[in-house]
Amino acid sequence: MEFIYEVEGGNFIKAGNASSAVKKTLKQLNVDPKIVKRTVVALYEAEVNIVAHAYRGSITVNINARSIRIILDDDGPGIPDIELAMRQGYSTASPKVREMGFGAGMGLPNIKKNVDELNMSSIVNKGTKVEMITYL
Amino acid sequence: MKVCDLVDKLDLKVFCGQQGINRLVDGAYVSDLLSDVMGNVDENNVWITLQTHKNIVAIASLKEVAAIILVKGHEPEQAALEQSNTEGIPILGTKLETFEIAGRLYALLNES
Ligand SMILES: Nc1ncnc2c1ncn2[C@@H]1O[C@H](COP(=O)(O)OP(=O)(O)OP(=O)(O)O)[C@@H](O)[C@H]1O
Ligand SMILES: [Mg+2]
Repeated sequence: MEFIYEVEGGNFIKAGNASSAVKKTLKQLNVDPKIVKRTVVALYEAEVNIVAHAYRGSITVNINARSIRIILDDDGPGIPDIELAMRQGYSTASPKVREMGFGAGMGLPNIKKNVDELNMSSIVNKGTKVEMITYL
Repeated sequence: MKVCDLVDKLDLKVFCGQQGINRLVDGAYVSDLLSDVMGNVDENNVWITLQTHKNIVAIASLKEVAAIILVKGHEPEQAALEQSNTEGIPILGTKLETFEIAGRLYALLNES
């Protein structure tokens, strides 16, 4: 099963809509509630990262009997140093985004904690690709 | 304990999300950093914060939070209010500061 969602950079009103839709789908498929919870945390953080840091992106969710595989692909500034970005507390969020309570530098560590596999690649001035896999 | 019991005992204002007033509460989490809440709040917790925008309801809904309490007289933004009504997650309000309302809520949850 495959689902695709579009995400608009800068649009905080819609932030979380894709995560909410995926949560509903996983529940309907009777996925273990613990796995639903973990997946939702990881996906929300990755979705908001597109909203907060990139221009636009897409989310592709693949679900089969063995795994949930989610790929987030964005057009954006990219991440020059992924290892640094992964550190708790590291953030380049704008003052406006911080005022809303985002920008604690906890999103990527949250993702790492809540999926079985996380692969990130990025090209500066082009965009970022995040792949997360959870085994069922 | 239910959300409506907290409303009574802590003299909270109900801004919206009235349908969720009978949700069960078994704890609380205090934070204004959204990723911290995303990572750490548990379902059926009450979330105490001073953030008032729509994203707090998105997070509360994804995490199945029982209700949100806004401190220091803060009021939800219009979009948050509408989303709260859609999701049935109450947004409550108090004039008290975080320290005080958290202390009272802690005492209340521990006596029950
Ligand atoms: N999709 C992305 N495009 C460009 N940069 C990104 C992207 N995702 C993350 N980053 C970079 O990695 C940093 C750390 O991300 P992380 O999600 O951990 O924290 P944050 O988004 O800044 O704050 P929080 O997630 O706690 O609200 C970001 O501040 C940003 O510099
Ligand atoms: Mg983030």
